[in-house]
Amino acid sequence: MDYKSDPNKIGKWERFFKWVNGEDSIDSVWEKEMRSKITGKRKKRRKTIEDTIERINSYSKKIYIILSVFITVVYIGILLYTVYELPEHGNPLNPANNEVSQRYIEHGVEETGALNIVSAMILDYRAFDTFGETVVLFTAVICVAILLRRTDEDKTDLEQDSFKSDRGDILKFAARLVFPIVVLYGIYVIINGHISPGGGFAGGTIIGAGLILYSAAFGDEKIKSILNYKSITVTTVSCLLIYFFSKGYSFFTGGNHIESVIPKGTPGNILSGGLILPLNICVGIVVACTMYGFYSYFTKGDI
Amino acid sequence: MRILEYVLLIFLILCAIGATVSKRLLVTVIIFMAYSTVMAVIWLFLEAPDLAITEAAVGAGVTSILFFLTLKKVDSINKGTREK
Amino acid sequence: MIKLLTINHFEAAAVILFGIGFMNMLLQDNLIKKFIGLNIMDTAIYLYLVSYGYIEGHMAPIAEAGKAALAEEFINPVPSGLVLTGIVVSVSVTAFSLALIQRLYKKYGTLSFDEVLRKLRSGEANTYDSDS
Repeated sequence: MDYKSDPNKIGKWERFFKWVNGEDSIDSVWEKEMRSKITGKRKKRRKTIEDTIERINSYSKKIYIILSVFITVVYIGILLYTVYELPEHGNPLNPANNEVSQRYIEHGVEETGALNIVSAMILDYRAFDTFGETVVLFTAVICVAILLRRTDEDKTDLEQDSFKSDRGDILKFAARLVFPIVVLYGIYVIINGHISPGGGFAGGTIIGAGLILYSAAFGDEKIKSILNYKSITVTTVSCLLIYFFSKGYSFFTGGNHIESVIPKGTPGNILSGGLILPLNICVGIVVACTMYGFYSYFTKGDI
Repeated sequence: MRILEYVLLIFLILCAIGATVSKRLLVTVIIFMAYSTVMAVIWLFLEAPDLAITEAAVGAGVTSILFFLTLKKVDSINKGTREK
Repeated sequence: MIKLLTINHFEAAAVILFGIGFMNMLLQDNLIKKFIGLNIMDTAIYLYLVSYGYIEGHMAPIAEAGKAALAEEFINPVPSGLVLTGIVVSVSVTAFSLALIQRLYKKYGTLSFDEVLRKLRSGEANTYDSDS
């Protein structure tokens, strides 16, 4: 009962209970301070209108908090009851384990030549859907570029930007050690995507993380010679086009695929699985470029 | 094995609650990073190693980097320390 | 209750995580915390899907070379394939929303959602005042 005397010193548990009961939002004290700091000037001018609006707002806010807690609790209760009624976890006779997954598992290896059945599914049977996912990534990087690209008047304060400074020797040394291993591991994960866990999405993200590390440690001057705006655009678009032309024919031929002319090879070798290996490489390059594009737009505002 | 599953699931729920109630945004993002890492271990328990690799690279790597960069852009890291 | 705790515990944890994320989205004022709530909801749904495809005692869906794969040996690969693409798409959603947050911060100087809404309204009121 301390908090009545000093509202700033509410214990963590009490605050949590209050929040669960819907009496008070958590950050209210901090938020009130911030609000009074920012809006101090404006409040003096239009006090009376603000007062009535604030009163209405506080009532509606309370009702909103109580209602949202109530709705969430009821909703989660219904969902938990549904989970209680579900079939047992891990039972092979569950309705989800039907003939679809059985067909994928039992005929996947001979039909696609890939040992990793998840890769066979997303890059052979359902390859056109994965093309959609890859285009989503490309669209996301375009949207981020539209939102965060620096205009010319912003470029003057690029020099004072704190992203450029404080790169220590430790970071450079560690990056020099770790960067080749990370990229090598990423390439390994991509190339072995059809015979072991991994694939284009995972390996591309690992390579993208390696490029982010390199760019953070050595600055953008070094990496600009390989990865600039033009090269990233050209590689990403050409990978998407290769993907489209190697798998987009099912878009025109309807549901039935034409038989691929590429031999499937013996399952287990690196050069097997028909089109899965080149498609994995395409997806990996697109994902790596996307991750690096996110990073460089978030820091420099330009690739 | 069963006990480890329970420990990991309870840790997940605690991480989610901690990310909700913590006051500083930096702490929230770091707790979310731990959440993603534990999620990657849970994918291994559910026999989905593809997801484990992807989640470890994406959730603990790239998403956290993007959150940190946003915090740096909005000057929230230094502000949070001053508030304490 | 016992069934929730002992048999369907992955699904129950996923539902509870979904509730926490949903509460975050509804009640948090800070935009970054709102989107962390969205990410928690994402991972909760992935956890539910993957645990629904899990089969006790079966292996990960990677066949052995030179051996016929049997459906009695491997778990259900369909949810894994769904979630694999979903994880990567959730990154792009996060990056896009963070870019939007940065633009909002640049314009309004705050991360609080209520504050942004209030400034938006009062900004309109200001121009109205100056016109009259």
